[in-house]
Amino acid sequence: MVVDVLYFAWLRERIGQPREKVETEAATVRELVAQLSAMDDWHASALSDLSAVRVAVDQELADLDAPIAGAREIAFFPPMTGG
Amino acid sequence: MPARVQLDPFDLGTELSGFGTGAGAVVTFTGLVRDEDGRLVALEIEHYPGMTEKALQAFGDKAAERFGLSDWKIIHRHGRLEPGEQIMMVATASRHRAAAFEGAEYLMDWLKSRAPFWKREITPDGPGEWVEAIQSDEDALSRW
Repeated sequence: MVVDVLYFAWLRERIGQPREKVETEAATVRELVAQLSAMDDWHASALSDLSAVRVAVDQELADLDAPIAGAREIAFFPPMTGG
Repeated sequence: MPARVQLDPFDLGTELSGFGTGAGAVVTFTGLVRDEDGRLVALEIEHYPGMTEKALQAFGDKAAERFGLSDWKIIHRHGRLEPGEQIMMVATASRHRAAAFEGAEYLMDWLKSRAPFWKREITPDGPGEWVEAIQSDEDALSRW
């Protein structure tokens, strides 16, 4: 399947783009992270410390073991600082 | 929509006109950009269009149900904001004041660490670091 992968804040800067389309067979967020990290050094660096990364699957917060079958949009970003 | 994300400033008077009609209590909170002793030139606020609006709507709906709010409103700005400018507001309305105060605090606590916004400080030297989430904001959620 093809998913839109989005990056925000310092993840966007380290990876060098706000979004990309990714062809994947990953079953979970964690498997997608492994695939992305293998793409190049920028992805690997941005996703190296997952304790500093939050995830949303189809615009809902999710954890690393969340299934992504059928998902259209997966976003990676730092802990949120609203308000 | 009671939840809005926008670049432009908002006018509290306009926003509260007609808000909470029939309620006994209205509470509002407005967050402003601190000047950090002159160190800060501006804050840049990024968000996740689409998810942000959905998240704010969900927080508002939950607060309304839990505290029995008769009305609520959340406005959060994004883009470049200078010290003294408004960042966001929440307003809650209820029959008695306790629920309106609690509802507003609940919304603020959720907004701080579960709404997809990120802040970066612009200093006289240029864009600085992204503001890091603080543990006390995360801990504040546990009381709900």
